Amino acid sequence: MMLGKTAGGLFWMCRYLERSASNARLIEAGSRMTMTRAAAEDAEWASVLESANVRHLYAERHESIDRAAVIDFLLRDKTNPSSVMSVVEAARNNARMVRVALTREVWEAVNDTWMKLKDALARQVSEKELPNVLELIRQQSAQVRGALHGTMLRNDIFNFCRIGTFLERTDNVARILDVKYYVLLPSVSMVGSTIDNYQWEAILRSAAAERSFAWLNKETGPRAIAEFLILDQRLPRSLAFCYINLARNLGYLEADYGETRPCMAMCHETLGRLTRTDIETILQGGLHEFIQSIVQANNALGLQIEKDYRFYA
Amino acid sequence: MSEQDPPYNEMFGRGEVPRDPYQEYCKWFEAEENRRLKKKAKEAEQAFRRTGITFNVYGREEANERLIPFDIVPHILSNREWQSLSEGIEQRVRALNAFLHDIYHRQEIVRAGRIPEHMISENDAYLSKMIGVEPPGSIYTHIVGTDIVRTGENEFFVLEDNARTPSGVSYMLENRETMFEMFPELFIRNKVRPVSTYPKRLRRSLEACAPNACSGRPVIAVLTPGIHNSAYFEHAFLADEMGAELVEGHDLRVVDGRVAMRTTQGYMPVDVLYRRVDDDFLDPLNFNPDSMLGVPGIFDIYRSGGITLANAPGTGIADDKAIYSYMPDIVEFYTGEKAKLPNVPTWRCSEPDSLAYVLEHLEELVVKEVHGSGGYGMLVGPAASKKEIAAFRKKLQSKPDGYIAQPTLALSTVPIFTAKGLAPRHVDLRPFVLVSPKGVDITPGGLTRVALKKGSLVVNSSQGGGTKDTWVLES
Repeated sequence: MMLGKTAGGLFWMCRYLERSASNARLIEAGSRMTMTRAAAEDAEWASVLESANVRHLYAERHESIDRAAVIDFLLRDKTNPSSVMSVVEAARNNARMVRVALTREVWEAVNDTWMKLKDALARQVSEKELPNVLELIRQQSAQVRGALHGTMLRNDIFNFCRIGTFLERTDNVARILDVKYYVLLPSVSMVGSTIDNYQWEAILRSAAAERSFAWLNKETGPRAIAEFLILDQRLPRSLAFCYINLARNLGYLEADYGETRPCMAMCHETLGRLTRTDIETILQGGLHEFIQSIVQANNALGLQIEKDYRFYA
Repeated sequence: MSEQDPPYNEMFGRGEVPRDPYQEYCKWFEAEENRRLKKKAKEAEQAFRRTGITFNVYGREEANERLIPFDIVPHILSNREWQSLSEGIEQRVRALNAFLHDIYHRQEIVRAGRIPEHMISENDAYLSKMIGVEPPGSIYTHIVGTDIVRTGENEFFVLEDNARTPSGVSYMLENRETMFEMFPELFIRNKVRPVSTYPKRLRRSLEACAPNACSGRPVIAVLTPGIHNSAYFEHAFLADEMGAELVEGHDLRVVDGRVAMRTTQGYMPVDVLYRRVDDDFLDPLNFNPDSMLGVPGIFDIYRSGGITLANAPGTGIADDKAIYSYMPDIVEFYTGEKAKLPNVPTWRCSEPDSLAYVLEHLEELVVKEVHGSGGYGMLVGPAASKKEIAAFRKKLQSKPDGYIAQPTLALSTVPIFTAKGLAPRHVDLRPFVLVSPKGVDITPGGLTRVALKKGSLVVNSSQGGGTKDTWVLES
């Protein structure tokens, strides 16, 4: 038994933390890409903004796409509710609200993250500092994750944390795929060309999957990358992995509370679409459509969980 | 208490040799290097920030999370000193509880002519809706903070009773933890009575006050106004340490004659609510209709015995400084004994003779609002400018019954650690008292507040005061 509000606070704390790490990876991938390929810089930053789901918001405040402005917008702009600083602050506010449900280690890790990033992001981050700041965000996120996994009891509290994490991760990874889906389509790709190699690398890097993809020793190609990021159950950022874990954690809640809620069926539906299929089928049905429908189903699942477990009412 | 004497120094008394309780500490301190201590003091601050023990200061947008400065030199009491203090506090708290029951029932104390009727009925803090209500276990003041000041070897006074919502207990606990971490060796040399049992004692005490409607182990929750409240850290801390739920008003509603909290599995009744929300905001149906912090209808459930509210609504009248001035009578009336702990002499400005005296001696007196707290809205005569005194004189003349006055006490000092070594600063002490039908339980020590500015008598954290660990020695 726990308060509905607490369940919601844990869920959002973890969503926001996941988003901060995802944003940092998007900036890193974009930054790397534009260092190697100056020509397409604007288009790359536009797709980074698109992947972070803030392109419109950015356009409302800036007339043109400019590397420094985009990075600042994604890292520290308080008017951007998804900037790293905004989400870290939101994560900490949620952590404060659910302080009673967290171990001292987890709370201190979240609080420490907020304090360090508030310092690091107090002023605009220069080109020179950027790698250090991104590294800091990555380290802090590892610190929170470590505290969470190392000290929390495996009960409903933990389950709501995990559900938030995987729901957010699904959204982040699916958006990256969606923005870049055209470079993953067999029809338009020029296999082996340098252009697409950069694009592919950026996609993998955005999902923190470039090393593990290399370990697979597969030939780099759009099909293999799409398969890896969507279907590979060993990759902690693949959509299939996320849904296996969503279903598992919702299952623990169901067993714990002894009651099946509607969100479970919704979760299993999407899980089926990610586990009982192959990449050929997905590509034939249209990669873009597939990803879009996953994003929508994922949003709907989030709303249903919120209702089923009485986060707000 | 003559004004010419320098203030009493609790470490050295009136002499130059450390007093008994401080001897071991001073030996240790002498042998320490200043550099190491400076480093430790800095570490302590970092530890507090990491833990998030901050408090919000109202009306200061920018630095809205501040640390209360912590001083590394403890405030030490011998067991004998503590014994006599705690006997006095227990007597006083029992009397307060009896007084509250009386003024909401037969008002014997008014009938006996010990307190004028209007002091009760016309008091803003008197909650007429509590008349005739019987709180579970007849307890009104479940948690009390009694502010104690000292002026000499054996001269202790009660400065204030905090029976509404005393705060600061989390600092008492965290200060000790910090001392343990920084100077473990000190606790081998000195046998200090533990404070860490407070949350368990609080839980036990609250459980003992469960309402009749409760079946099984009482469900306890802490009601907070939310994360923006200045004491939110403490609310979360106490809930956490007690193993209670931390709820806000919108987590609760009335369901089937009980107050219930919304959980992931539906609504579940709460038996005891340790509320850190003021009376006025507790129930928009019964009190302030604009309150967003409370629970509609909770007071009706309370009246019918469906929930325990700690502290009971209407206890705030005991914090009133005009009522304070009657405490010696109150103690005598309900316990049949003389008060063991004296009050600070107090002039009620509502009485013409007193008012005349106060107006004539403003430069020497401390004048306080009867409903004020937190060190706001008071005049410290000796520290005030002519202009401030003139302005206060006007306020006082236009609404005399809103004020009381007290002599400026030469509050005792305990040294703090500064860049130049030890420096005496004024302190007060707030012990925390738990009351249940099973008895009165006082955790040894309490929260020592210290004025960090030289010569300042204001120790409130909202006014730049700091805190110290408080030790009660085993012997």
